[in-house]
Amino acid sequence: MLTVFSPLLGALLLPLIPRLRWAGWANIAVSSVTLGAALVLASDIADQDVIRTGLFRIDSLNIYLLVLTAFVGVTTSIFSRPYMIHVCDSGRIGQQGMRLYHAMFQAFMFTMLLALSTDNLGVLWVAVEGATLATVLLVSLYRTPEAIEAAWKYFILCGVGIALALFGTVLLYFAAQRAIADPAMGLSWSALYHVAPQLQSSIMSLAFVFLLVGYGTKVGLVPMHQWLPDAHSEGPTPMSAVLSGLLLNVALYTVVRLKMLVDGSLSTTDTPHLAGHLLMGFGLLSFLVAGLFLHHQRDIKRMFSYSSIEHMGLMTFAFGLGGPLATFGALLHMFVHSLTKSAIFVTVGHASHIAGTQSIDNIRGLIRTQPAVGWGLLLGVAAIAGFPPFGVFTSEFLLLSATMEAQPWFTVILLIGLAIAFAGLFRHLHRMVYGQAPEGQQPVPANMLPVFVHLGLVLWVGLTIPDLLSHWLDRATELITGGHML
Amino acid sequence: MILEQLPLLQQLTLVLAAIVLFVSFVLLEQARLVAAIHVFAWQGALTATVTAIVAANSDLKHLFFSAALTLIMKALLIPWMLHRLVYRLELDRHRESLRHPALAVMAALALVIFSYWAVAPLVKQELLFTRNIVAVSLAVVLIGLWMMVIRAQAVAQVLGFMSMENGLFLAAVTATGGMPLVVELGVAFDVLVAMILFGVFFFQIRESIDTLDVDRMNRLTEKADES
Repeated sequence: MLTVFSPLLGALLLPLIPRLRWAGWANIAVSSVTLGAALVLASDIADQDVIRTGLFRIDSLNIYLLVLTAFVGVTTSIFSRPYMIHVCDSGRIGQQGMRLYHAMFQAFMFTMLLALSTDNLGVLWVAVEGATLATVLLVSLYRTPEAIEAAWKYFILCGVGIALALFGTVLLYFAAQRAIADPAMGLSWSALYHVAPQLQSSIMSLAFVFLLVGYGTKVGLVPMHQWLPDAHSEGPTPMSAVLSGLLLNVALYTVVRLKMLVDGSLSTTDTPHLAGHLLMGFGLLSFLVAGLFLHHQRDIKRMFSYSSIEHMGLMTFAFGLGGPLATFGALLHMFVHSLTKSAIFVTVGHASHIAGTQSIDNIRGLIRTQPAVGWGLLLGVAAIAGFPPFGVFTSEFLLLSATMEAQPWFTVILLIGLAIAFAGLFRHLHRMVYGQAPEGQQPVPANMLPVFVHLGLVLWVGLTIPDLLSHWLDRATELITGGHML
Repeated sequence: MILEQLPLLQQLTLVLAAIVLFVSFVLLEQARLVAAIHVFAWQGALTATVTAIVAANSDLKHLFFSAALTLIMKALLIPWMLHRLVYRLELDRHRESLRHPALAVMAALALVIFSYWAVAPLVKQELLFTRNIVAVSLAVVLIGLWMMVIRAQAVAQVLGFMSMENGLFLAAVTATGGMPLVVELGVAFDVLVAMILFGVFFFQIRESIDTLDVDRMNRLTEKADES
């Protein structure tokens, strides 16, 4: 349980560190301890299928996300140390802001890990709501009118969304009371999963609609996505990296867990795929709308946040499609998307410091000024757009073949959507990376290690999926669909 | 089965829940902020009463604790915090009349009908009491949501948000006999932290746009991107 609670400890202790330079290192240290603990937990899971202690339940699905979350947490904290010192030196935030940043970064990690590892759907809700609360002050950290507007929008929209999810949870608990005698177990996911066929299908489908709208707001599904581009573009970049790389994943993970319950409950009725169809609809809509919006963005972080919506849409669609192949593809996509997108946001953070602006039109000639950043952005975008040999290509290919198998017509739509998004990204990229650098553009102190580690991993997955990862994902697939991919 | 055949305590719970719904309407229409905060405090007190009745009616003793928690949080602490904020922001004389009050109420009525329609599937199970109570709570939640949509004033939006929480709590207590204690504490903690953050935001918003009329915040739209 060290995994979950070390960030909490970090959140409480980090603001107390007197010297800001040390706080950055301490942040890295706490995140590393978390990752270490997550890895130990993962090796335990390799031996036994499920570990249960009280409120926590670790199985093959969430251990993979736990490790991923802890890993992205470490690399982001490595990146954020020089980045936040640069921000602090340039006078955009003060000492208080830095303390707040470190505390909230760890608090956010705590809520994410708690949400992933808990077995209790109520605690899960509390954790996801806690994630909003932890990040909302960070979005408004720069205190510009835009930042405050973005934070308010984020707060209100996610607050409302999550309130609807709580209503769904209450309904779920209500359905559970008819199937589970012990009221204390009524929100335990594993207990519910065992009795899923006995849960009343009419209540469950009503509950799922509320839950999907609620947690879907957090996933960034269209039309509840309005907060996402604003919060990503106005908050500090390390925040955008973890929001895109982690929060969206955790929200989607929640939806998948709930879908498993609803599928179990509806399996005997005449609409067994209701949950899947809802996910497919929302996913496809998000995928297409976000792809189109990519084209007329002027702010570089906004552009990449729309790309996040697009990818989350694709994953939602795939989980909705169901079946071992699609699920395996979606899990793999989750993995590579998290790594790539957080790498991109890290690079974009440095790029906007170099150019002194986030406006796409004013970022020029990165590769001349600072080759590492320029190459990072180029490779990152190539990876996220689904160029072989990166891992995103593999997962998208798997998703397309799964779609071809189940619903051939959707393949055409997906291909069109991918092409639109591809064009949207590359239209702006060329001038930003090449182009004539403005006079006097200076390199900034940057730590590109996280970017190249992430991209290296994505490349590795693209070239040859390591046995360890594929077995891991296969076990998660088996848990979700009951079928094997390998 | 008709309403009169229900046990008396259930009837009482239903009546109180209906009053909570009525208070939601009052809250929706209330133009003066201070008065709206008082209305909200009454709604919290009613919710706490319902909880206490359910607790007395069943052997779920931990509900007494939730009732006390609700009373302290929703009827005393949060209204008091809002009150202080409103005075410190010098909004105590602030009035905000809705542009189309009649339409707003009609829409809220439609939401009530919609709630009954949405929970219609429960009819089959002959759960008359539960169906009514869930429908009423859902209506309270949706009216809170509606209030957040039509009110432009940040404090009024927060009231809408908090009254949504009241509706959720009502559903949890009456339909299911309350969530497990750990969840309830977590939810209460989240609501409290949210309230503190809302307070911080009031000052930040005021500092940046000089008013709490959040409709004036319009820098981040897709159209602004085009220009």
